[in-house]
Amino acid sequence: MADNVRPRVKAPRSAEAGETVTIKTLISHPMESGQRKDADGNTIPRSIIHRFTCAFNGETVIDVAMEPAISTNPYFEFQAVIPDAGDMTFTWHDDDGSVYEETKSIALA
Amino acid sequence: MTLTRRSVMVMGAGALVTFGLPMRANAAAEDAVTEFTGGAEVGSEGVTLTAPEIAENGNTVPIEVAAPGAEAILVLAMGNPTPGVARFTFGPLAGSQSASTRIRLAGTQDVVAIAKMKDGSFARASSNVKVTIGGCGG
Repeated sequence: MADNVRPRVKAPRSAEAGETVTIKTLISHPMESGQRKDADGNTIPRSIIHRFTCAFNGETVIDVAMEPAISTNPYFEFQAVIPDAGDMTFTWHDDDGSVYEETKSIALA
Repeated sequence: MTLTRRSVMVMGAGALVTFGLPMRANAAAEDAVTEFTGGAEVGSEGVTLTAPEIAENGNTVPIEVAAPGAEAILVLAMGNPTPGVARFTFGPLAGSQSASTRIRLAGTQDVVAIAKMKDGSFARASSNVKVTIGGCGG
């Protein structure tokens, strides 16, 4: 279980039609790898976000399958083409079944 | 120091841990490569992997992968307990086939990126990263 999971996304408010923009995302999450041991020597069970997707108006921009080797507070930076005004949706899928979502509206400049 | 039977056994076990484990992890990594490529031949042109030469902290090592015209990029850390790091799949609205993130490395090792191109070919890039403090909480 992860508490206080807060997604943060940096995306431009507006873009030219067809422009390529840079998107930065960060989500606070411990990303427990399943390799660490607690003070009593018991293995701490794995608890990570295993998938991140970004879509614009329903069309996929990027889809990342993540393993425990992704650092705490997973950060991604990538580029997207903005063909039209619309909503960019970001989803993170947790091992425990939770789905964290964030939406950013991008207008045409 | 005299070489007793006990100290020889301890040294032998130490050598096994040092050399035996990386070989096992490498086998797992090769399996992951084969699973991704389907055994196809892997070229060397067309994918770039940017990673620091020396990482002070193995818990967050910034890396960047780019492969123009790729449909997916697989990132592996050859020396980690589990070699898989991430698989980036690019959709129709990806502005460029590149991404950056931060990864964990257990120790000094090779980081490998394998790109699957749209025409079905594969390309591989590798970068050695020296890690001062490992990132697996051993």
